[in-house]
Amino acid sequence: MTEQRPLDRQTMANRAAMEFQDGWVVNLGIGIPTLCSNFVHPDRRVIYQSENGLVNYGPLAAEGEEDPNLVNAGGQYVVEMAGMAVQDHADSFALIRGGYVDVTALGAYEAAANGDFANWKVAGARGGGIGGAMDLAVGAKNVFLLMEHTTKEGKPRLVERCALPVTARGVVTLVVTNLGLFRVAPEGFVLEEIAPGYAPSDVQAATDARLVVSPSLREFRRAG
Amino acid sequence: MRNKVYPTFDDAVADVPDGASVMLSGFAGPGTARNLIAALLRQGASRLTLIANTPGRWGDGRIDGGALIEQGRVAMVRAAFTASPHPSAASPFTELYEAGEIEAELMPQGTLAERIRAAGAGIPAFYTPAGAGTETALGKETRVFGGREHVMETALPADYALIRARRADRFGNLQYHRSQRNFGPVMARAATVTIVEVDEPVVEEGAIDPDHVHTPGLFVDRIVVVPPDGIREEPPNR
Repeated sequence: MTEQRPLDRQTMANRAAMEFQDGWVVNLGIGIPTLCSNFVHPDRRVIYQSENGLVNYGPLAAEGEEDPNLVNAGGQYVVEMAGMAVQDHADSFALIRGGYVDVTALGAYEAAANGDFANWKVAGARGGGIGGAMDLAVGAKNVFLLMEHTTKEGKPRLVERCALPVTARGVVTLVVTNLGLFRVAPEGFVLEEIAPGYAPSDVQAATDARLVVSPSLREFRRAG
Repeated sequence: MRNKVYPTFDDAVADVPDGASVMLSGFAGPGTARNLIAALLRQGASRLTLIANTPGRWGDGRIDGGALIEQGRVAMVRAAFTASPHPSAASPFTELYEAGEIEAELMPQGTLAERIRAAGAGIPAFYTPAGAGTETALGKETRVFGGREHVMETALPADYALIRARRADRFGNLQYHRSQRNFGPVMARAATVTIVEVDEPVVEEGAIDPDHVHTPGLFVDRIVVVPPDGIREEPPNR
């Protein structure tokens, strides 16, 4: 029997990036999603957009090459690409809510079987960090979540219904965790790809929501 | 016409009264009017309402709205974050807020930008799908358009806006550099008094091609040039 090997963050990002199609407009959230930009298929061109108004920006700036006035939404210094454009913040969110973003990849605390998710407020806190997530979640054509399958204490994050305050309702299309890949369908989470050495029952045991196992279940894929 | 170019940052913010509402442009650094904020700190106005993307200073020593909060000058914050976007980085705001010593209104970032835009555009309210079905919609009017729930949000004006740009002419026509632009154009329209600090010396009218003006000078009231020993936009010391 194969040893159980949870997926690392790079592998999760690699797999999510396989979904990005040629010409897609992509918005990457802070955390694991940022890593997706390392893995885009060489034959495809994706257009990165960030909340602060950059359209078609380039990779992270090397040390010494930073422009102090050129950062992505995570505050990281990036380089410009030929063909880049800059908008103000209101126009940037017009682009986001207006339906021009093909996919937003976000981190999350909880994902629910009905497509709700929670990523802005932890239990017991007065404050939260919404940022652009609520606008992206309702505006993007696809909402991908990249997240650990359980909390550090082992509590499931894939739940039947969110217990934390939600970011948006019924919008999640795909969830990638360190245990597998799940499509969100009317019948709930469909386990389509699974981490090496795991059986669907192992994944179900770490999940609060009832999983549907895809008839074409396969081992977790990665490009390259 | 009166001269819009002010000799010092202190002159430019001298009339900001206690209790004023102040918009602060800036996103993760670029666009933050750090020199004007430092002058407002020296000026001493208190009980301010800040309108900004974040309450600032997340484990970062740079001057931004967080410096005003730290000095007890702020009563209220309207922002897209009331917790740190970088959970490991504390901010002076977080402690005060969790203790109930400062008030805040948290909203989606696009709603913040659009409320500011609306205020400068003569639109008193609008409906947005962002935040529908979430805590941020509690107590707000909602309406279904095209089978989808939307939340009514109202315009958000301010007494002052402090913004930063790369270049201005004497009339106040502005150009921003890259992601310095962010909230600058919408805040300039939404505030009664717009004060801008610029990285380069002020140029004569006509020196900026009209097709390349980002914010028309009509929306700009006061201009201060950042001197060589002023605060430049530099990477945070993370």
